[in-house]
Amino acid sequence: MIVVLPIAALVWESKRDGAHTFRQVVSSPEAVAALKLTLGAAAVVALLNALFGTVIAWVLVRDDFRGKTLVNAVIDLPFALPTIVAGLTLLALYGPQSPVGLNVAFTRTAIVLALCFVTLPFVVRTVQPVLHELDREMEEAARSLGASELVVFARIVLPNILPGILSGVALTLARAVGEIGAVVLISGNLPYKTEVSSVFVMNRIESGDSAGAAAVAVVLLVVSFALLLAIGGLRFLVTRHERA
Amino acid sequence: MRRYAPRVVALGYLTGILLAPLAMVFWRTFDHGVSPFWHALTNGETLHAFQVTLLLTVIAVPLNTVFGVVVGLAIVRHRFPGKGLLNAFIDLPLALSPVVVGLALFLLYGRTGWFGSWLTRHGVQMLFAWPAMALATIFVSVPFVAREVIPTLRELGDEQEQAAVTLGASAWQTFRRITLPSIRWAVVYGVVLTTARCLGEFGAVAIVSGRIVGRTETATLRVQDAYENFDSTGAYTVGLVLAAIAVVVLVVMTLTKPKEQTA
Repeated sequence: MIVVLPIAALVWESKRDGAHTFRQVVSSPEAVAALKLTLGAAAVVALLNALFGTVIAWVLVRDDFRGKTLVNAVIDLPFALPTIVAGLTLLALYGPQSPVGLNVAFTRTAIVLALCFVTLPFVVRTVQPVLHELDREMEEAARSLGASELVVFARIVLPNILPGILSGVALTLARAVGEIGAVVLISGNLPYKTEVSSVFVMNRIESGDSAGAAAVAVVLLVVSFALLLAIGGLRFLVTRHERA
Repeated sequence: MRRYAPRVVALGYLTGILLAPLAMVFWRTFDHGVSPFWHALTNGETLHAFQVTLLLTVIAVPLNTVFGVVVGLAIVRHRFPGKGLLNAFIDLPLALSPVVVGLALFLLYGRTGWFGSWLTRHGVQMLFAWPAMALATIFVSVPFVAREVIPTLRELGDEQEQAAVTLGASAWQTFRRITLPSIRWAVVYGVVLTTARCLGEFGAVAIVSGRIVGRTETATLRVQDAYENFDSTGAYTVGLVLAAIAVVVLVVMTLTKPKEQTA
């Protein structure tokens, strides 16, 4: 009732004026530019998260320093903080009146920055438990056989945590593609330049073009479904040894 | 030196992207002293926005808590057709853009929507009023309680429940005395996550509320509205209050987090 019915109405609306209109809206230059930007930014953010998320998880599991518990708690902050406030905080530091002289407002960098903020916990939280469970004996064996730290990481650790990284990346992508709150203030929403798909949909609704909004929304819906399937598949792969 | 490299990278990244900007909001809010902050906070529109947010949270959290526990029990303890589908649909709001959610509700309850004409005839105002906003809030925060309860129930097994039933306990008694106490912390953690999501919802509510200042504007919408009208003190004030709530939520989250996850 709450989840399925509204989505059915959405798909219906996008199809109401026929497949031709649907194609016309989705392939309009502004929609294509928005979609490209959205997917591009999501890909960049996923890559950054895979890298920094893994490093952060590594530090939280293997390193030891004062205040580690605090850092561990802070990771969840983006989940607790309203996304619009996330955008506002970034604007405060990296906006027009930046005290550090970095003004990225209304650029694509700003979009990536905002998305990095809100998706920070995903990779950290999927890699952390895997890394924690990882048996160190394998690494020690490799080291005693003369492997360098880099080789140990690339050949032993990475293959083990890769499923964790990938499922974190999938969650990041899903979130980044749909995000609006964090992006809306800092991106400036300039059509063809810094307007992401979710903002495009919002603008279409506000100008009364609900069929156009529905068409792009269905594209976003399909992307979400695909990513959900990918996450499900990964979960299946990751737990296969538990089921066996 | 090389030993510290990961630590420096990790902490540097966290500071640059999370902590420094957050500290900056604090500083910006009190840029001109406490009195503009107080003034912006006690402003009628701001207070009303917080009331609306509070109302939506009070509606959505209990409903989703009950729903989450029931769905969790259904998925783990029972077999029924469509169970896999239900399991998949529970996760959908996590992956779906809030804007898409908002639009879907907009199309369903709008004047030309499926239920729109029926509602208009009966004089029910859904869209641009609290019912649709409550629905949007419920939609986006559906998964959290169920997602926490399901693994805990799985881990728990049903031996104790079966023992209770063989000793003559009714279904309700079993739930009250056996199941509920054991999943208590998972429920609390789920409720905290749900609350955070409700307070912070932006995209879906932005669409179905019509953002009428002083009527259907929530706290998060107020932030954008104030910022875009060059009232940066107003925006930072509301932002800071929301951030303060988030910090409280974070502390409760850390304290109630199921143990296997804190490891």
